Amino acid sequence: MNYPESYRYTKEHEWVSLDGDTATVGITFHAQKELGDIVYVDLPKTGTDVEKGKSFGSVESVKAVSDIYAPVSGEVVEVNEELSNTPEKLNEDPHGAAWLIKVKVDGPGDFNNLLSVSDYQKYVGAES
Amino acid sequence: MTTELKRTPLYEVHRAAGAKMVDFGGWDMPVQYSGLIDEHNTVRKGVGLFDVSHMGEIQIRGPEAMKLVDFATTNAVAKLKTGQAQYSGLLYAHGGFVDDILVHKVADDSFFLCVNASNQDKDFEHILSLNRFDCEVEFASNKYAQLAIQGPKALGVAQTLTETDLSAIRYYWFRDGVFAGVPARMARTGYTGEDGFEVYVAPENAATVWNAIMDAGKSEGIKPCGLGARNTLRLESKMALYGHEIGPTISPLEADLAWIVKLDKGDFNGRDALVKQKEKGLTRRLVGFEMRGRGIGRDGYEVNLEGVPAGWVTSGSPAPTLGRNIGLCYLPLDRARPGEKIEIVIRNQAVEAETVPTPFYKRPETPRSVDKRSETPRSF
Repeated sequence: MNYPESYRYTKEHEWVSLDGDTATVGITFHAQKELGDIVYVDLPKTGTDVEKGKSFGSVESVKAVSDIYAPVSGEVVEVNEELSNTPEKLNEDPHGAAWLIKVKVDGPGDFNNLLSVSDYQKYVGAES
Repeated sequence: MTTELKRTPLYEVHRAAGAKMVDFGGWDMPVQYSGLIDEHNTVRKGVGLFDVSHMGEIQIRGPEAMKLVDFATTNAVAKLKTGQAQYSGLLYAHGGFVDDILVHKVADDSFFLCVNASNQDKDFEHILSLNRFDCEVEFASNKYAQLAIQGPKALGVAQTLTETDLSAIRYYWFRDGVFAGVPARMARTGYTGEDGFEVYVAPENAATVWNAIMDAGKSEGIKPCGLGARNTLRLESKMALYGHEIGPTISPLEADLAWIVKLDKGDFNGRDALVKQKEKGLTRRLVGFEMRGRGIGRDGYEVNLEGVPAGWVTSGSPAPTLGRNIGLCYLPLDRARPGEKIEIVIRNQAVEAETVPTPFYKRPETPRSVDKRSETPRSF
């Protein structure tokens, strides 16, 4: 699977891409694969503050519910509303069209401290 | 984890096929291959293959074998004919479940029990404790692997692998013969709500038989299926799962399984307790529900009536065949009937649901097997 080089990753299997002060957050290919068929996505409303390391929503597969943790702190400025009707997109394109939220961050500090693509791939490799 | 997970003889086959493995009651079992929903739909529309070798087997033999099995179980063993199987309950004296099992009558003096993997040791001990009939009770789980071939196309695929006329085996009957070149017990049973067979073979033959079924089913699009799909399939068909709908503190009457309890058959372990429970009246019973609000009521979630905790969800899941979120729950008897508004507490939020009739899914009537006599050209 192609894990974009420009993204950063977490051990909880989220990814982040940074464009100026806007961080886009999603779950990784590995995460969706572990979850299986995703049937629900619960996301915060625009304007909510999320805090690094805290749960901001959940994804639910046929088998289980799983929390999603914020990899960065900031205010939610956009939510991928399409996912509420088409949660299966998270299985199909987790690194692209099925991003979850966009967060306005206060500088790139949080982002830079996350795992690089090679570290993340090493991590999921070692995990399985 | 300090204890080693147990493996079925097909463990290597699952790994090689890229199955996702999970710890299922101490067994390293495939939870899914191609994907839970895909596997589920394959079994509903075509044919799927499950490894259920973790299930336990207990053999009971002796001149009074029938008496022991009849005393240990809730269903009417005396009514079984040789070659017939029945779903039944193994109860404690207080009326709660030790396990739910399948009883196969192999001969007048020989019975074959298929029991749940995680209960097999205690089932064996339990039956031994009731054995005042001088029977031979054999723990036989290590002698059998079990493969379940399930779905509307299971019969056609399985038939290519045996000389035994499988269409002549009726639902909940079985025959011994040769399957895929090895000795096998072929039972028309299953845990999916579809037609199909559960095939018992020696563990050393399991991989051969698995591969033969996969090859034979290729043209019908057969897929290997995991325990994830097995669970959604059984739930849609409202088949009980030990540890969820049933357990030591739950009686078959409460679990809506009165049909496997034959109080008029004579004494059996747990009968007195059930008679008393019936006289006093039940306080709770299992009932099906469908989510009306957004969310999935999952196993263990609380059920509220008018805002007050009143029961719990035993199993809950999206139902792939129905496209709705379904579940089973225990409720006070007077509300354990279809049409009641209930709330399921999903992560601290009460979400609307409604009790509904069960089973949620029932397979379309299978066409009656063609009367072969009318097809055979007469010579006169």
